[in-house]
Amino acid sequence: MADFKAAFRSRDIGLLGLIVVLAVLVQSLNPSFLSPENIADMTKNTAILAILSIGMMLVIITRGIDLSIGATLALSGMISAQTVATWQEVSPVAALLLGTLIGLACGAVVGGLVSKGKVLPIIASLGLMNVFRGVTFLVSGGKWVSANQMPDSFKAIATSDFLGLNTLIWVAVMVYLIAYWFVTWNRTGRQIYAVGSNPDSAQISGINNNRILLLVYVIMGGLSGLAGVLWVSKFASAQGDTAMGFELSVVAACVLGGVNMAGGSGRISGILLGALLLGILNNALPLVDVSPFWQNFIQGTIILVAVLINALVKRRFNQRILQKRKI
Amino acid sequence: MTREKNPNATTVELSQPFSLAKFFFQWEWMLVVLFLLVNLLNVNLSPYYLNFDNLKDALPTFLDKAFIVLPMVFIIILGEFDISVGSIVALSSVVMALAFQMGLPMEAAVGLCLLVGTLCGMFNGIIIVKFKELSAVIVTLATMIIFRGIAYILLEDQAAGHFPSWFKGLSWGYVGDVPTILIVFLVFALLFGWVLHKTALGRRVYAIGNNVTAARFSGIKVDRIKVLIFTSAGFMSAVTALFLTSRMGSTRPNVASGYELEVITMVVLGGVSTSGGKGRLIGAVLAVFLIGYLRNGLGLINVPAQVLLIIIGLLLVVAVMVPNLQWNKKRALRHGERKKEGK
Amino acid sequence: MKRLFPKVLVALMVLGFLGVGTVSAAPLKYAIIFKNTGNPYGEKEMEGFKNAAKELGVEAILKAPDQPTAEAQIQMIQELIAQKVSVIAMVANDYDALQPALEKAKAAGIKVLSLDSAVNAASRQVHINQADPERIGRVEVQAIVQMIGGKGEIAVLSATSQASNQNLWIDWMKTELKDPKYKDVKLVKVAYGDDLRDKSVSEMEGLLKSYPNLKGVIAPTTVGIAAAGKVITDKKLKGKVHLTGLGLPSEMAEYIQSGVCEWMYLWNPLDVGYLAGYAADALVKGTITGKAGDKFKAGKLGNKVVIADGDGTQVMLGDPFKFDAKNIADWKKVY
Repeated sequence: MADFKAAFRSRDIGLLGLIVVLAVLVQSLNPSFLSPENIADMTKNTAILAILSIGMMLVIITRGIDLSIGATLALSGMISAQTVATWQEVSPVAALLLGTLIGLACGAVVGGLVSKGKVLPIIASLGLMNVFRGVTFLVSGGKWVSANQMPDSFKAIATSDFLGLNTLIWVAVMVYLIAYWFVTWNRTGRQIYAVGSNPDSAQISGINNNRILLLVYVIMGGLSGLAGVLWVSKFASAQGDTAMGFELSVVAACVLGGVNMAGGSGRISGILLGALLLGILNNALPLVDVSPFWQNFIQGTIILVAVLINALVKRRFNQRILQKRKI
Repeated sequence: MTREKNPNATTVELSQPFSLAKFFFQWEWMLVVLFLLVNLLNVNLSPYYLNFDNLKDALPTFLDKAFIVLPMVFIIILGEFDISVGSIVALSSVVMALAFQMGLPMEAAVGLCLLVGTLCGMFNGIIIVKFKELSAVIVTLATMIIFRGIAYILLEDQAAGHFPSWFKGLSWGYVGDVPTILIVFLVFALLFGWVLHKTALGRRVYAIGNNVTAARFSGIKVDRIKVLIFTSAGFMSAVTALFLTSRMGSTRPNVASGYELEVITMVVLGGVSTSGGKGRLIGAVLAVFLIGYLRNGLGLINVPAQVLLIIIGLLLVVAVMVPNLQWNKKRALRHGERKKEGK
Repeated sequence: MKRLFPKVLVALMVLGFLGVGTVSAAPLKYAIIFKNTGNPYGEKEMEGFKNAAKELGVEAILKAPDQPTAEAQIQMIQELIAQKVSVIAMVANDYDALQPALEKAKAAGIKVLSLDSAVNAASRQVHINQADPERIGRVEVQAIVQMIGGKGEIAVLSATSQASNQNLWIDWMKTELKDPKYKDVKLVKVAYGDDLRDKSVSEMEGLLKSYPNLKGVIAPTTVGIAAAGKVITDKKLKGKVHLTGLGLPSEMAEYIQSGVCEWMYLWNPLDVGYLAGYAADALVKGTITGKAGDKFKAGKLGNKVVIADGDGTQVMLGDPFKFDAKNIADWKKVY
């Protein structure tokens, strides 16, 4: 048991170390980086990415990928924004539910194609990404939903505080707690790992693979739908091209966090750190007085370095395990 | 997604008579049918489609990406991915334009473009091979951002262009009545197709895609082949850069964005399975023309961009589902037969 | 298989030759290509163009790609050439990259003009400019300096680093700031939000953090100014950090009414499109050829004259229009 604790620490230590190094570096270049206000901003801006990373992790664990989440986010955001704009009395909770339901529906379509239709996840999600995005544009009618059309209660979803912390952060925390319980102690959650690890054995041992596959995509869709409402509330604007390309950031957060693209493994702590690293990058680059034309290069290099560190740490970890097995 | 492999498959197939139905149910024939259907649709939609000039001039608009499709087939058969190709196009293009601007003769600049692309591809390949714990997705995701980042550092917010007029002829020129780009593409397509289907290298690529461990243990130099394939992807991205830059007459760091997903769409529609080890080059080539002319035909009746998105998305999904349904029905039948035999 | 395909293509081409020349005479077609789809500003410009086309009795073709790239627009130009349109009005995603394609259109007898976001002079016959870029740049600086009381630090939140009109306006802003009367005003940074909502918010928050004494922000982009307005509102910095720029009345109504943005500028995109439609018609009918001094009548907008613009020529719509608390209620429903 103690070995596993050490392993846990050692696997995430690479990423954590990099985050610390980065934070110190940025702080030295701009002392307002670690100010409470900036940290609050940073966590607020990363909350949505963090929420989506959970869903993506579950999908990747089952050896899949979901590229349609940006489009699902946009669609649910647009529809809920239009709803509250037309019927101002709609409560924010209802709007959140509506968005989540739309997301669940989108996720079900993807999941259905993957599980029943036996379509490869990348194809299904790539195709549906286009479809959902097209539908978003059609639904929007070429118009945006602007701040003055949204009732204050709706906009307050993202701006209100509860016990000193922004609501978005609370939502993220709740989602993480539920997710942690789900993958650690819930049987269905554990079955997801089984299906990803070895689908054949899982099937033989009585797990309904199709149901699990459908479930992970539905969860992903639901989280995307929820994120969509949070997004349009945060920015007080709904556009047709919202979150285009965001799916890549979510995949990056997952992989930075040590989720194996081949399926079967992934930890909540890992993706939290992965999302945090990306959040720091997005927050720190405008603060540091570096030419905007260097932003991409710096971001890419840090991601590559983080990923290489992850790989080296994993290698050392595996070697240590093998050594322990020497007879 | 796992497929049960009938352990007696080899013997059964060899002793089966040539079945016309089975031959025509292959993915590539379905693409041909789809292609003819698309053309039929286009002809009915717009009187401007079936016009020699249109058919000819539509080619450069989608063939530039097609160069990347060729090595991407190899990469996906290997079981890997490369999403940095768009950025390699941008970087090669920017370096070439800057070099020319700084006085290098255009021919040398073109060579430099190809060199940069090749080096980028090699970089990808080496990292992927040296760090096997990492999937190609994350490595190429990082290099996608890095390569484009370098392009931004080099060119910032400027455009670079003013190329000599012979360079323009690459994308806009003809040999007789045939667009130059089509000829170059067909030459490369034949080359890649020959390597994939007729050489030992091609067979090894399939072997790696099917079972990388078995391939490694049977003496195949997996690492070397992977580096070679990723390098070729870089080279072909540079070729795309040449034609794209020629078409626009100038370049910026933000060109070729979104190319990676479009290329993957074409490859996947072409029947190349992303689980590795399956697919034929001709399928991807057919898919290129299929999507290219479909877009052209729909564009001629000015279908709005959002509807076009939906159509392409549905095409991808439906095209993949149809044979799956067929395959599942056959699988259910076989399953039923085996049950009857008491297995 | 490989041998079948060329045969099919040849067969189609033969059929094509038989089919050439069977297109019957139809109303003239005027086309406009915008930057991207789903953009309310673009929708209004295209609507204005369509209105002009209707008044002129011609068919309007409205096209916009789903991604704001030059490559997508080149494809659309190709499709329009094949449809044998009479004129193409271009709102460009790239100043230079459309040149070869537009030159091909011109060679096919199609008239080419640009509006809003220009193409280089060699690609077009004339450009429809919504407002003098010099006036835009100068008036933005004058506005923000007035708001911050004559002295302090200001910053610019722009769109993408390659947007040619953005860069042009920013250059004029810097020129205006060279005037000695602005000796106490300092432009500390030009940040790029890439017209992305989340990036614009991050950049705005970054500006506020890096320059705690920042007193004013000019955001000459609809997404940027709305994002900046939200950040100032959320951080309760109204009155401490002033905001102006170019924004859509619908997006900015909330922030103008609350006072976060005291006033801002834009122009009527309907008029821009409408003017482009009439200019297109004038080019087709030969009333103008695009050289300086040409005159034409632009429907409800009256008489317009073509003036020089660097290597090329342009037609000016008018002055930037000021939106403030007094008139925002009327305009927020229009666009």
